[in-house]
Amino acid sequence: MTDDLILQVKNLRTYFTVDEGLVKAVDGVSFDLRKGETLGIVGESGSGKSVTNLSIINLIPSPPGKIVGGEVVFHGKDILKMSPNEIRHLRGNKVSMIFQDPMTSLNPFLKVSTQMIETIVLHQGLDKKAAKEKAIEMLKLAGIPAPEKRIDQYPHQFSGGMRQRVMIAMGLSCNPEILIADEPTSALDVTIQAQILELIQELTRKLGTAVILITHSLGVVAGMCDTLCVMYAGRIIERGKTDEVFEKPLHPYTQGLIHSVPRLDRENKERLYSIQGQPPNVIDLPDCCPFYPRCEKAMDICKKKYPASVGLGNGRAVSCWLYSEGNK
Amino acid sequence: MSRYFIRRVLSLIPTLFVIITLSFFLIRLAPGGPFAREKDVPEIILQNLLKRYNMDQPLAQQYLRYLGDILRWDLGPSFRYRDLSVNEIIDSGLPVSMLLGVTALAMAVFSGISVGIISALKQNKWPDYVAVSIAVIGISVPLFVMGPVLQLFIGMRWKILPMGQWISIHGIKAIILPAITLSFPYFAYIARLSRASILEVLRSDYIRTARAKGLKESDVVWRHVLKGALLPVVTYLGPAFSGIIVGSVVVETVFLVPGIGRPFIQSAINRDYTLIMGSVIVYSAVLILANLVVDVIYGFLDPRISYK
Repeated sequence: MTDDLILQVKNLRTYFTVDEGLVKAVDGVSFDLRKGETLGIVGESGSGKSVTNLSIINLIPSPPGKIVGGEVVFHGKDILKMSPNEIRHLRGNKVSMIFQDPMTSLNPFLKVSTQMIETIVLHQGLDKKAAKEKAIEMLKLAGIPAPEKRIDQYPHQFSGGMRQRVMIAMGLSCNPEILIADEPTSALDVTIQAQILELIQELTRKLGTAVILITHSLGVVAGMCDTLCVMYAGRIIERGKTDEVFEKPLHPYTQGLIHSVPRLDRENKERLYSIQGQPPNVIDLPDCCPFYPRCEKAMDICKKKYPASVGLGNGRAVSCWLYSEGNK
Repeated sequence: MSRYFIRRVLSLIPTLFVIITLSFFLIRLAPGGPFAREKDVPEIILQNLLKRYNMDQPLAQQYLRYLGDILRWDLGPSFRYRDLSVNEIIDSGLPVSMLLGVTALAMAVFSGISVGIISALKQNKWPDYVAVSIAVIGISVPLFVMGPVLQLFIGMRWKILPMGQWISIHGIKAIILPAITLSFPYFAYIARLSRASILEVLRSDYIRTARAKGLKESDVVWRHVLKGALLPVVTYLGPAFSGIIVGSVVVETVFLVPGIGRPFIQSAINRDYTLIMGSVIVYSAVLILANLVVDVIYGFLDPRISYK
């Protein structure tokens, strides 16, 4: 099992210094990723999902951001200690990313061919002609009709869904081991969302790529992910196999999230459940459980100390005083 | 594309017609006239002068006559420069101002963009502070201070370059000092403009994508940043071009350059009607054409723009 391990994130901490104070956007996040696995990271806006993943390939805009601690071990080497050249060799090659908004993520001034070919030439050492053939092949795989013609067009000549297909084709063109998809469908309309998710699933299975899928949609996670991490205010508060977490959520926040999804198989006579309150202001957060003001099961200790992560076996872990030893 | 171009060039005609008509009547609303002197001119001489310049006729007739002359590109005699026609003044001054202006603008564009790139990439580090300080100096020091300072040190003390006068006397190096002086505020503005727009593009999503693809920082800047970041600079070049060609009066005065800026400014003070009209026509034609060129360049830089 450990042989399959390709990425280990250990106690990653990324802080942003802003005028109002210190924002601990990611504060001690750890997770493992195995070959071919699909890992979902869910959380509300501002919970640190995207920052976690930008930190993995060290793309945090600095200043104001800074990775202040932790390790990101990729095949036994810490990415955060690599030279800029070594990291560049990983980006787009071993680890590629797809972003949220396909309308702005492609360069509007360059042809799709230019943008795809430059990556392939850079990482695979092909000449331009071979790279273009490879790019056309990838576009075809990504379900773009008439790729030989489309490749010489500019991004504005593609629709939103088509652009995200281009991003996926580009991201997978160098056979990466990890594909980080940062809310790949949030900016698309619902029918296109399903197609894009299916495409990601199909292609990454075919190529054996592991996926980190960032989303705020539990439905997406349930449909696609093997394992699941729930983030709240910069920390992972619960993790486990997707089925197990959905079947028996432990953390009150996870319970609340799952509870607040509208269900087709139940009669909806009552109001849809929602978690009380607002996500916490993450500037200068005190060292308590950040969820306690909204928690229905909050205790005195929750206001004083952050609960350590408790492992429950089989990859299951939760950070909540309800499950910690010596909670009184 | 070419149809668009032709249409734009043809649209110059009605635009110029409107400008000419408005200016023709507006300048006659200004108090005084070309023959107003401190000392009263004897009535008989004034009558003769008015007759000589066709100003004894009704205004409408003068206007129609002027329009007819313009169609033959005859801008009439100057009211003040007795032996010269407006055509002759423009013919001798415009090439000089063009050469000076184009040189200065080329210097401003090249150095401005370079400084803008450096300071954007080194934002909030010392190269950026140096560049921003130079730009602030460039914008705030007036040309009539800048010019004499350069003359004093480079021309007089160190005798590296001629202090003034033009190519006919000193050869090609006579351009350098006036061009540097003239380019300075434009350089400063372009540097600030390109710095700001490069910084904006650097923060955009598609640059994050380019970095996430593992591109070298130099490729990111040259291939992905510059094309988009230079659009505002290109936009600015249209008005800058016409401004730098017609508006170089200070530099022409300081460096004794026989350009077109000085006669143009003088014409307004002298109520030299024909020369005022000439300068208005030249300035607007240059401005319109420069903006047309800018639009064409835009079409090449930004694939989202297409002309039909």
